Amino acid sequence: MSGLSELTITEARDGLAKGTFSARDLVAAFIAAVEQTRPLNAFITETPEKALEMAAASDARRRAGEAGALEGIPLAVKDLFCTRDVPTTAGSHILDGFKPPYESTVTENLWRAGAVLLGKTNMDEFAMGSSNTSSYYGPVENPWRRPGDNRPLVPGGSSGGSAAAVAARCAPGAIGTDTGGSIRQPAAFTGIVGMKPTYGRCSRWGVVAFASSLDQAGPLTRTVRDTAIMLGAMAGHDPKDSTSVNRPVPDYEAALTGDVRGLKVGIPRQYRVDGMPGEIETLWQRGVEWLKAAGAEPVEVSLPHTKYALPAYYIVAPAEASSNLARYDGVRYGLRVPGATPTEMYEATRGEGFGDEVKRRVLIGTYVLSAGYYDAYYNQARKVRSLILRDFTEAFESVDVLLTPTAPSTAFAIGEKMDDPIAMYLNDVFTVPANLAGLPGISVPAALADDGLPLGLQVVGRAFDEETMLRVADVLEGAAEFAAEPAFVAGRGEAP
Amino acid sequence: MSLVRGRTGDWEVVIGLEVHAQAIADSKLFSGAATTFGAEPNTQVSMVDAAMPGMLPVLNEKSVEQAVRTGLGLNARINLTSVFERKNYFYPDLPQGYQISQYLEPIVGEGMLTLDLPDGTTKEVGIERLHLEQDAGKSLHDQHPTSTYIDLNRSGVTLMEIVSKPDMRGADEVGAYLAKLRSILRYLGTSTGNMEEGSMRCDVNLSVRRPGAPLGTRTETKNLNSIRFVKQAIEYEAKRQVALIEDGGRVVQETRLFDSDRGVTRAMRSKEEAHDYRYFPDPDLLPVVLDPEWVEAIRRSLPELPDARKARFMKDMGLSAYDAGVLVAERETAAYFEAVVAGGKGRDPKVAANWIAGELFGALNRAGLGLADAPVDADKLGGLIDLIAEGTLSGRIAKDVFEAMWETGADAAAVVAEKGLKQISDEGALEEIVARIVAASPEQVEKYKAGNEKLLGWFVGRVMKETRGQANPGVVNRLLRARLS
Repeated sequence: MSGLSELTITEARDGLAKGTFSARDLVAAFIAAVEQTRPLNAFITETPEKALEMAAASDARRRAGEAGALEGIPLAVKDLFCTRDVPTTAGSHILDGFKPPYESTVTENLWRAGAVLLGKTNMDEFAMGSSNTSSYYGPVENPWRRPGDNRPLVPGGSSGGSAAAVAARCAPGAIGTDTGGSIRQPAAFTGIVGMKPTYGRCSRWGVVAFASSLDQAGPLTRTVRDTAIMLGAMAGHDPKDSTSVNRPVPDYEAALTGDVRGLKVGIPRQYRVDGMPGEIETLWQRGVEWLKAAGAEPVEVSLPHTKYALPAYYIVAPAEASSNLARYDGVRYGLRVPGATPTEMYEATRGEGFGDEVKRRVLIGTYVLSAGYYDAYYNQARKVRSLILRDFTEAFESVDVLLTPTAPSTAFAIGEKMDDPIAMYLNDVFTVPANLAGLPGISVPAALADDGLPLGLQVVGRAFDEETMLRVADVLEGAAEFAAEPAFVAGRGEAP
Repeated sequence: MSLVRGRTGDWEVVIGLEVHAQAIADSKLFSGAATTFGAEPNTQVSMVDAAMPGMLPVLNEKSVEQAVRTGLGLNARINLTSVFERKNYFYPDLPQGYQISQYLEPIVGEGMLTLDLPDGTTKEVGIERLHLEQDAGKSLHDQHPTSTYIDLNRSGVTLMEIVSKPDMRGADEVGAYLAKLRSILRYLGTSTGNMEEGSMRCDVNLSVRRPGAPLGTRTETKNLNSIRFVKQAIEYEAKRQVALIEDGGRVVQETRLFDSDRGVTRAMRSKEEAHDYRYFPDPDLLPVVLDPEWVEAIRRSLPELPDARKARFMKDMGLSAYDAGVLVAERETAAYFEAVVAGGKGRDPKVAANWIAGELFGALNRAGLGLADAPVDADKLGGLIDLIAEGTLSGRIAKDVFEAMWETGADAAAVVAEKGLKQISDEGALEEIVARIVAASPEQVEKYKAGNEKLLGWFVGRVMKETRGQANPGVVNRLLRARLS
């Protein structure tokens, strides 16, 4: 059956429910789409056989009247989530050959809701990056191109494979992780919806850790409604993750009422950063007008410590990473490069197993935690972090959500910004504060920039108020009427 | 205060201990894996203990309870908020590449422990803190000629690190500290304190100074696993430091290892290689916040501890400090003693204490048994004591009866009946024997009457020999005096 791979999750769900097609039909179409998308390098591991098995089981459940919320929906999973008996690489050489004997809680929740695994998506190594160029398995290409320019563009990162897969229509939805913007920024770069839930909303158990106090799993989809459906299946308390929060999971889809009348939308003045293109400023203003037209009230707010967010993030995240990545030592799993002594074995294994960006961050993290520098860097960053949280808490006393741009630019070409880590880190300037404060954030595709590439707007919500945030995002999505499509869409033609 | 005599005068040894006691808990500090001692290598390892990717620690409530219980038993402050941090270093048997420990905010703060010293006096030693941490695995170097094998059974086991203040002044005090700490841990049921199973290990911080002078530079001798080794290490290290200073050198702050084969300590790593552990709060774990009500419930459930029990034995039972100290050292011994005293009417606690500390302990030592395996239980020992009290057995015969009870497991009355060991208190029968012996010993009678009263003992001995020791010595004495006067 043709055209199935262009369905959104909502559309596919309805078709399956009506019996228009089976899960097996749907999954087969997406398996074919995944194959066609190979030139983008969005997947590290494809799992077509497993997908077909899961689809058959799904059809059987539906016949038995036991359909879950995502029954029969194929999904792509960032290769940071451990999946039982399916290779899990974190985009790194150092996890060569690693097949987890366990399933992450979030993916387990998805399978329990009836979803089907299409494959494991490419990503920046250990989720460190904003361009998906640091993967051991090579860069991912954005399915978008600048009109008249065939240079491959980055999909953003670190969940670049997941974003590219959804944008190219070879998966109706995907999951990623967001530590400083790793879901929202690639969603913006590829013209899709990407959401980071409140810290503690989704379990981190079974997700390869980058920065434990910031990491959070979330969905990447083509619509806000699809995101709401996926979040409902992913979220929930997990006793195996001490930082997961025990509170009920609301019906997020039901929150999409389309009614934002009377809601106060905060516009943080500190997000007007130097060097931001005028068109992004213009789009932001247009977003304000859309919400105003829908009956919401824009309110200028101040988040005075915003400018310290990025420096604080680039201390806290590497500090935690330097410790989280200590376990990759060649002793128990993954790559082992022999050495005459344990120390030589570590050095050889980690030297060969980690790429440059990972090494850079492990070094930074080790440095900021070391005696004599701890107070000046790590402790200072922790203080900044609590000030940033206070900024948000105070702002949310007078507003219901915040509206900001998602990223300060559109997708750039593979190879650009590669020699300047600082320029690369600036990609996260609007997304990082929500991670530091643990707040939910969502990027919605809003317009095409002058260069013909998508731009996103970000809605940030109160902690555990994903419902209001999704409701606003849904209205924004409706107003923006973003219908542009990437240069490459699976099923329609040759990949670039 | 014991001083070390150097070439140039006396030196005071200043010692503080860090004791790592394994908490009794059904599973590890942050995982559900079992912790049975002596299991086959790598059979008690969860995905968390092996630091598989994406695994997260979940705090074991039982471990927290044991730490709080121990803190309360050490009269220490319980910190209602404490924080787990990561101590980062690479070692093959440390799978995470960091140990989860507590650093700036431990669960237990300052407390106090009272030492019972061999001379019967006591001394108070300050407790600095108690914190919870994970144990590491074990590297096995003897399984293969060139490779090291790793056993992760211990990886993640709950340790309570109990840090004393530098209040001890010699090996004897340290021995008393370890014995007392182990006793309290066992009373509380929070650790077996078995050093031979590795359930209790000890690091010794030691410096020397002239009496009254400021503290000297200390060394830390790590991972001592028996009280004997601790004492040897202290003796060696104190002498080494004194000799070093007297020869014009300076003590270097460093970590040292005790070589038990040679009885010496040696530097483990120099300052240049010193670890920077890069402690920081573990982001996988929330701060531990205790409900004061929960802590109070634990406090109410504490058993009577050795110091209180000792005081009670002295006050209510009239025992000496020494006897009471010996009896309370092990909870089982104290319970045995109390069972003996309470098991019958009018049993003299002092007599019971003497029998336990004397015959019973002697027999246990000879047999290499623990109290739980003693063939003479509290009931049977009580029965024996009753027979002495009512005059059926003399003290000397009673020891033979005890031996027989130990061998056969029979009770005292049965042994006495079977062997005919009943004490002869029948005056008629004894009078007859006394008369016969006196009549047969005119020389001794004459000397006695001439004033050599020591000969009474000789007569008593003759009667005892005649009666195979069964004569009641009190009656024999009285009859002899009457006949000889």
